[in-house]
Amino acid sequence: MNDLRDLYQEVILDHNRRPRNFGTLPRANRLAEGHNPLCGDRVTVYLDLADGRIQDVAFEGSGCAISTASASLMTEALKGLTVEETRGIFHGFHELVTHGEEAGGPDLGKLEVFSGVREFPMRVKCATLPWHALMAALDGKDQPVSTEQER
Amino acid sequence: MSTLAAISKPAYDLARVRADFPILAREIHGRPLVYLDNAASTQKPRAVAAAIVDCYEGWYANVERGVHTLSQLATAHRERARETVRRFLNAPSAEEIVFTRGTTEGINLVAEAWGRGNVGPGDEVLITGLEHHSNLVPWQRLCEERGALLRVAPIDDRGEVPLEDFERLLSPRTRVAAFAHISNALGTVNPVREMAGLAHRAGAIVVVDGAQAVPHMTVDVQALGCDFYAFSGHKVYGPSGIGALWGRRELLDAMPPWQSGGGMVRTVSFEKTTYAEPSHRFEAGTPFIEGAAGLAAALDYLTTLGLPAVASWEGELLALATERLLEIPGLRLVGTARSKAAVLSFTMEGIHPHDLGTILDQEGVAIRAGHHCAQPVMQRFGVPATARASFGLYNTPGEVEALAAALRRARELFG
Repeated sequence: MNDLRDLYQEVILDHNRRPRNFGTLPRANRLAEGHNPLCGDRVTVYLDLADGRIQDVAFEGSGCAISTASASLMTEALKGLTVEETRGIFHGFHELVTHGEEAGGPDLGKLEVFSGVREFPMRVKCATLPWHALMAALDGKDQPVSTEQER
Repeated sequence: MSTLAAISKPAYDLARVRADFPILAREIHGRPLVYLDNAASTQKPRAVAAAIVDCYEGWYANVERGVHTLSQLATAHRERARETVRRFLNAPSAEEIVFTRGTTEGINLVAEAWGRGNVGPGDEVLITGLEHHSNLVPWQRLCEERGALLRVAPIDDRGEVPLEDFERLLSPRTRVAAFAHISNALGTVNPVREMAGLAHRAGAIVVVDGAQAVPHMTVDVQALGCDFYAFSGHKVYGPSGIGALWGRRELLDAMPPWQSGGGMVRTVSFEKTTYAEPSHRFEAGTPFIEGAAGLAAALDYLTTLGLPAVASWEGELLALATERLLEIPGLRLVGTARSKAAVLSFTMEGIHPHDLGTILDQEGVAIRAGHHCAQPVMQRFGVPATARASFGLYNTPGEVEALAAALRRARELFG
């Protein structure tokens, strides 16, 4: 049960139950879809990007607790950040859930609750799906992204 | 909670049977393994491993055409395995048993070798709404290639195929009716005999995906009245990578080869090749020799235990598990057919099946979470995925309780 509590920390369970910034964003000027067809997780990330900064961000979709909480906490972490800062957080988050926190990486704040994911290799793709959708939205890609080839 | 009093004992010695499957004694995350993913694949008894070792250490060589002793022995072993499969399915003749890599290959073989010559533009292929992708995609591809129409008999809220809908969708253009004997995602047991009768009256041939049925019930292809029946070794306690297809002799006789190369020919010249009789016509290349030996050992093991005894024990486990699962708050069973194998697909309110899969694994309980290669079934029930516990001959009432306890832990954790 201890290992499970490392993965399913209270913050994650809370964001799964009550996802923040959930829904469409009327002022969005970028959006991208993430879809893992094998497990069925689906997320759409909406961005309002202006003056090189994320003015607002929202998501909708359905998935497991890890992907839902990851999307929810991601939207909270990104508001007001520049595109460059966002890319830095993306890389920091990716390191966190695959190898553990990077020395000298960005301050991930509340996103640290995902540190337990790296002990569950099959679930890394759940945590990273909304983040890859975010990057696709930033890069203006219109193909849905998937993380099912990722470990 | 209700009592265990209702459950009887299996007709075989369960402790001894479990001892035949060494893997069942291992631990997962420090807890005893509770293996409930039998619909995906089953564990193997020692007899299967012993048969494969015996092949490698006692009689291995390439089969057919060899003059030396080992080659003759290997050929004899393989043909004995074919006879074991014939007996297991009560097929009329061993020449009607084609060894394959598994159910998927068997269905592809029929769709290509029979389908291409017999399904044309405007013809129809009828499947049902509960099919595994392996009994859907080959027919879809055939229909696309031949300009035929794929029709789908719908399933109802219980996960059954209403016979009147199945019958309504048959037409004089229906060339093939292909359906599962037992649904892997829902556990539904289809009334194969009745469906085959209806399909034959419409002039269609009947192809049955038997992957889930063969480990759980006595299968008699003559009594079922179908034309082709495919199954996999790994779901019937045998090796993965081997399976068998039974086909009616007159249909096999009229079919062209599927894959071609060595082993399936009679005479070859640069001008013309003539082909071997069934079943060798459909077995190009050096086969999975040790796999056939392992499969025969698995079928012998099941026959010794007795399929009626296995079916009745799994029925007990299904009844107990259904009762225990329905006691869990927020649990919804997906698939409640009146005739059902020991497969329980379910969702839990507020907990995604993949989270359930991870949580149960930490408790040592192996279940499957996902779409079970039956995405249309998930769409029919309006869920992205389900969790699925599926039972085998070696499972125990204690394991049902372990499953229920692990699901309660999940409920606690997620609130």
